[in-house]
Amino acid sequence: MTKRHKADIWSIVSIILFLLFMVFLIYPLFGIMKQSVIGSDGSFSFSQFKKFFSQKYYTNTISNSIKVTLAVTLCSLLVGIPMSYFYSFYKLKLSKLIFTISILCCMSAPFLGAYSWILLLGRSGVITSFFKNTFGINIGNIYGFGGILLVQTLKFFPLVFIYMNGAFKNIDNSLMEASANMGCTGIKRLFTVVLSLVMPTVLAASLLVFMRAFADFGTPVVIGEGYMTFPVLIYREFVNENGADFGFASAISVIAIIVTALVFLLQKWATRKFSYSINSLHPVEKKEAKGIGGVLMHIYCYAVCIIAFLPQVYIIYLSFRKTNAAGTIFLDGFSLGSYKAAMNRLLMRSMTNTIKLGVLALIIIIAVAIMIAYLTVRRKNLLNDTIDTFSMIPYIMPGVVIGIALLTAFGKKPFKLTGTFTIMLLAVVIRRLPYTIRSATATLAQIPMSIEEASISLGASKFKTLTRITVPMMSNGIMSGAILSWVAILTEVSSAIILYNNKSITMTISAYVAISRGNDGMAAAFAAILTVMTIISLLIFLKVSKSEDIKL
Amino acid sequence: MRKNITIKHAVKKYGQNTIIPDLNLKVKEGEFFTLLGPSGCGKTTLLRMIAGFNSIEGGDFYFNETRINDMDPSKRNIGMVFQNYAIFPNMTVRKNVEFGLKNRKLPKDTVRAQAEHFMKLMHVYEYADRLPERLSGGQQQRVALARALAIEPEVLLMDEPLSNLDAKLRVEMRSVIKEIQNKVGITTVYVTHDQEEAMAVSDRIAVMNQGVIQHIGTPKNIYQRPANLFVATFIGRTNVVKAKLEVVEGKSFLHFSCGYKTEINGVRKEMMKNQDVVVSVRPEEYRLTTENVDGIDATVRDCVFLGLNTHYFVTLSTGEEAEIIQESTIDSIIEKGTKIRLTINTEKVNVFNSDGSENILYGVLNDKNEEA
Repeated sequence: MTKRHKADIWSIVSIILFLLFMVFLIYPLFGIMKQSVIGSDGSFSFSQFKKFFSQKYYTNTISNSIKVTLAVTLCSLLVGIPMSYFYSFYKLKLSKLIFTISILCCMSAPFLGAYSWILLLGRSGVITSFFKNTFGINIGNIYGFGGILLVQTLKFFPLVFIYMNGAFKNIDNSLMEASANMGCTGIKRLFTVVLSLVMPTVLAASLLVFMRAFADFGTPVVIGEGYMTFPVLIYREFVNENGADFGFASAISVIAIIVTALVFLLQKWATRKFSYSINSLHPVEKKEAKGIGGVLMHIYCYAVCIIAFLPQVYIIYLSFRKTNAAGTIFLDGFSLGSYKAAMNRLLMRSMTNTIKLGVLALIIIIAVAIMIAYLTVRRKNLLNDTIDTFSMIPYIMPGVVIGIALLTAFGKKPFKLTGTFTIMLLAVVIRRLPYTIRSATATLAQIPMSIEEASISLGASKFKTLTRITVPMMSNGIMSGAILSWVAILTEVSSAIILYNNKSITMTISAYVAISRGNDGMAAAFAAILTVMTIISLLIFLKVSKSEDIKL
Repeated sequence: MRKNITIKHAVKKYGQNTIIPDLNLKVKEGEFFTLLGPSGCGKTTLLRMIAGFNSIEGGDFYFNETRINDMDPSKRNIGMVFQNYAIFPNMTVRKNVEFGLKNRKLPKDTVRAQAEHFMKLMHVYEYADRLPERLSGGQQQRVALARALAIEPEVLLMDEPLSNLDAKLRVEMRSVIKEIQNKVGITTVYVTHDQEEAMAVSDRIAVMNQGVIQHIGTPKNIYQRPANLFVATFIGRTNVVKAKLEVVEGKSFLHFSCGYKTEINGVRKEMMKNQDVVVSVRPEEYRLTTENVDGIDATVRDCVFLGLNTHYFVTLSTGEEAEIIQESTIDSIIEKGTKIRLTINTEKVNVFNSDGSENILYGVLNDKNEEA
């Protein structure tokens, strides 16, 4: 139904939002694009792109990124699908714990896993040394392709797991019974019926993993070493020791945006093409996991969880170990030395900054998301559709690129924001906004218009209807999304790494700085605190959301 | 205070699409008035124009003498009941019912007392402090009605309020609605596509099709003397048979193509001329016999015994199909394939001109004509 609206307060909100997006998103994005096509002499040219495509050193990073990302996607599917199948169709012991750990793994700070695995399996890692000293076997090390693959798979398989749980839960039991009726059971049914039913979700999950893994900066920068991936290249070019090459970094950013945009479009096309609706009246009932098969299922799920969660536990353990004075080597015995060192190294400031950043960003994100959801669902028009499209752009921009875009746009007067807390805030708001908007829009779209009409016909004003009826009804959807955003902000690395300075430093960045300086003790302390903060937030989230339908 | 509703030359357009071309209507004070029609006929659109949720592209809407076209929906003082109940899920039953009263800024005790009065009236007081998700569909609809009535509106609007309920509850709730409306005496506009429901609750019914009112009248009049063929076929079941009207020496006869001819009384004077007509014979207006009397030849195709009545499906000698309802007798049912004769109850049947646009008999009472 189209409805003509008289100009009211919402029209003003539309215009203000539009202007904000123009200034803080479109203008920086435009800046990057402009810079990417300006040659060294200041005229229009594609020389930056030529430079990129003519040198193997650069083009290799694309093929590196794509190779490792494809491998990660495949491995995540291989690990995640069976786990989800066991979880959805069988009564597993401690299944709640399996679910919780999966979420904790995929929401941890990106580089912590990598760092922890280096301490375990790196050149002088505990496990490596153990094998070398006890058996004299050199098991090699995990830097490069293998390391990225291991760490990212363990980080991203939970995405597959959670997506697939939703899909398996939607399969109606009568479909299972019908296929049994026609003589198709067991493994055969799994492959011919069940998996083909969930194929659209498999596709959606793999594209999601692909996008996340491709844009991930934290993991490859810590564990990749010589195996340079795309986001790392952008960052390196940007903070080049020979002076930052804005133009070249911009050109690579544009290429990165194009790649993710293609994957995003592919994802949209695929979901539209392959989606269908099952009306699930009778969800599949979970069976007892009995016999040898049951034991194997349990072993598999527990093993995956333990391996995936090991890094976080290990880091917390290390943070209490004694270190040498410089904090570079762990010694026998325990102490709080690492924490003391962290205290001297901006721990309090990092912590307050992190919390301040999270709280402020959340308030802004929630307020803007509600307004945009209301505008796009209830006031469809060209301007509001444009705002909606704008708000989705950051979804396809890797964090490093957002950082660079903001820095180039607001690096000079009159909008000098570099090095301020504001620019960090801007970056995380822009990064997380699309997710919250999606969940707010989806929730609002499910609220029938007649509820609002009922309120108005009972004499409530439009504003009162919004605050007393609509927003409270949306709150469940928004709250669970908000807590996930909160965790994502706590662990934000890729944009912050470009925008931070000593004053606006956060926990994640402090940990990263400690790692890159080789101060393992302090890094462990920062990482441990961060991990605990993440875990507590997520446990609150699981308590609040109650449901397992989590959109990440 | 009770109000009447007057609608003059209402127009509704969505873009280039005209939904309601020109509609006139008058709902009397305290009346239970129903808008009835197939889906897409514009009945809900009209109701939402009265409520203020749809824009009005032309015409005037009045509550008594007050023009309400440009009045904000929240100021119109209407109670509205929605198809999906539209209960606020985040508030208890009591809060739901009190919501409208609080918006009036009434003193606290009045709000509470008034809400309790209407919750008791609708028999939902025992659930006052429950959240709506723990109520059944029927209970939710009672709450919705209590909430709409609590503000003592001038007009009550109901948009297919029973269509989400199961068949048994629907019958139960429609008597609840009728009873409450009688008790409160509020002017009510009710929208439904279920003609049986409309007959059960309404004082008067407006039958709509494609944005145009076809017939406004009492349930009895609409059923017995429908204004045109659309109304005849939409209200109740009917068999449509083509025939010729023949006027011989001031008497009128229906001459069916199979040759059967019978006298018909009550043809309007200006219609007394030889012409093609369409006859609407309701299933109970056929008489079915195996005896060799003068009538329409037919063959029994199927029969269904339903206790009180037996339904026969027959094929006329012209090839037309017909459905006939007879009171069940103790004798055996007429077998399939039996050749039978049909006569018609000429007092009850309706005769329309050849395009079905007008009933040519006396006795049609269509309030639509007065209001145009």
